[in-house]
Amino acid sequence: MKRMPWHIAVFLAPAVLLYSVFSALPLLDTLRLGFFTSNDAGQTSFVGLANYITILTDPAWSESFWNAMWNNCKFFLIHLLIQNPIGLILATLLSLKGLKGARHYRTLIFLPTLLSVVIIGFIWQLILSPLWGVSEGLMDKVGLVDYFAPWLGEEGSALITLALISVWQFVGIPMMLIYAALLAVPEDIVEAAHVEGASAWRIFWEIKLPLILPTLGLVTILTYVGNFNAFDLIYSVKGAIAGPNYSTDILGTLFYRTFFGYQSQIGSPTMGAAVATLMFLVILAGVGAYFYFVQRKLTRYEL
Amino acid sequence: MKKNLRKPLSAAGVHLALGGYTLLALFPIILILINAFKSRTGIFDDPLALPNAETFFIGGFEKVIAKSHFMLYFGNSLTVTLVSLALILLFGAMAAWALSEYKFRGNRLLALYMAIGIMVPIRLGTVSILELIVKLDLINTLTALILVYTAQGLPLAIMILSEFISQIPKELKEAARCDGVGEFKIFFQIILPLIRPAVATVAVFTMIPVWNDLWFPLILAPGEETQTVTLGVQQFIGQYVTDWNSVLAALSLAVIPVLIMYTIFSRQLIRGLTSGAVK
Repeated sequence: MKRMPWHIAVFLAPAVLLYSVFSALPLLDTLRLGFFTSNDAGQTSFVGLANYITILTDPAWSESFWNAMWNNCKFFLIHLLIQNPIGLILATLLSLKGLKGARHYRTLIFLPTLLSVVIIGFIWQLILSPLWGVSEGLMDKVGLVDYFAPWLGEEGSALITLALISVWQFVGIPMMLIYAALLAVPEDIVEAAHVEGASAWRIFWEIKLPLILPTLGLVTILTYVGNFNAFDLIYSVKGAIAGPNYSTDILGTLFYRTFFGYQSQIGSPTMGAAVATLMFLVILAGVGAYFYFVQRKLTRYEL
Repeated sequence: MKKNLRKPLSAAGVHLALGGYTLLALFPIILILINAFKSRTGIFDDPLALPNAETFFIGGFEKVIAKSHFMLYFGNSLTVTLVSLALILLFGAMAAWALSEYKFRGNRLLALYMAIGIMVPIRLGTVSILELIVKLDLINTLTALILVYTAQGLPLAIMILSEFISQIPKELKEAARCDGVGEFKIFFQIILPLIRPAVATVAVFTMIPVWNDLWFPLILAPGEETQTVTLGVQQFIGQYVTDWNSVLAALSLAVIPVLIMYTIFSRQLIRGLTSGAVK
């Protein structure tokens, strides 16, 4: 056994092979393809940074790229500022000692997370539709009917509405992660502070919150990666064109259109690869920043 | 909004907040489910009412089942999900065992290489994945989806399972080795049964994104014969936008299996989520 550890290779081979062939290598190959261009015959030739220069500077391209990029940032910020605080509040309430029915609440609130984004998108599309009038009717009941508008159809509000739908669906994830972190806060520290006369409010801000900071960091980076890789919701509600007038276009839908084409524009694998590479860089920058700044700093707070 | 856990009346406030949010979380789903069983006039006249003798109507379901290949899509989704899951769990557990049990050159580097897949979405490699699948002549096959989903699920499975395997007491393995039990037998007959709870957790985690994915079915297997539920619903609804009965029925048909799965596995899932996160 000492001499020929072939069993190690047998244990590792299937996973490493499948992962390499269908995940890691295609990813590297996509990064490589971004430096090439292909002609009508399918021949590819090296063009260096030309694709990137086109995307970032050519007016026809750069406008849609920066639009998608900016929309994606807004999409992420809405999640960060609404989804995660709501998740934190729900988790804090759930973790209150002696709360009855906590398990039922968390099971039910987590449920939407499991449904397909496509289905959630359609459900909300129906609910917000002026044709059906469910939301209009509900707003009428509380006297807010004057504020009702076809939010998904208007340029100014479509992206925000989609982001809020996504927040509604995924709030269970931060809630659950933060809840677990709160449960792990050592009981005796909280008890000691309690005995010293600290208010629940102070205990939360000065003991619990600093202790769960690593989890908040993790939640943030998970949200970031998920949002900059999003596609399904916009595609299923708004189609590949991300209307109205590209106001809901994000990097994922831009990538899809560039790769596959739409209407009159013909898709280009190499340009698609360049867009994917830019997405990769955006995600890498986020993950890198998280590991170098946030996580390193946060570990100091850990017990 | 603020919570003050000592005041007795605050318990009611907490329940009000959590109950209110729970209602908000469930309302859209319940609304779709109740209206799927109503006639068109019932849907429009009073969307919030439960179906009654007058408005009860299941024509939407009949139409969806007759006009689309819903059952076929279910079969496809089920095949893809179960086969990917089996491969992810088996290969993931094997790799997790090798990486956490044996010390060999490049061990940590290999573990890091596999871990990259947790953070970097495989979707970004789509251009090359499509080329590869075309080259392998697997386009419009469920095999293509299974291969990609297996590759996608392995990193997280390996990470979680490694964590569990490293908690297994050394004595157990050493005792087996002293008795001359082979490495494969140790893994399959001792380790695998021991990590069964972890395997169940990983299974639930891995299953959901595979079942719900739209991107890869759209790109690798959009053919009528290979559509998954998610893609099928997406296309069906696109065609029947104005037929509310059909749309609501299609949405309900897509939601119900997940609801059933969740009622069976919710404890497993939530335990996994809460215990995994503490690490």
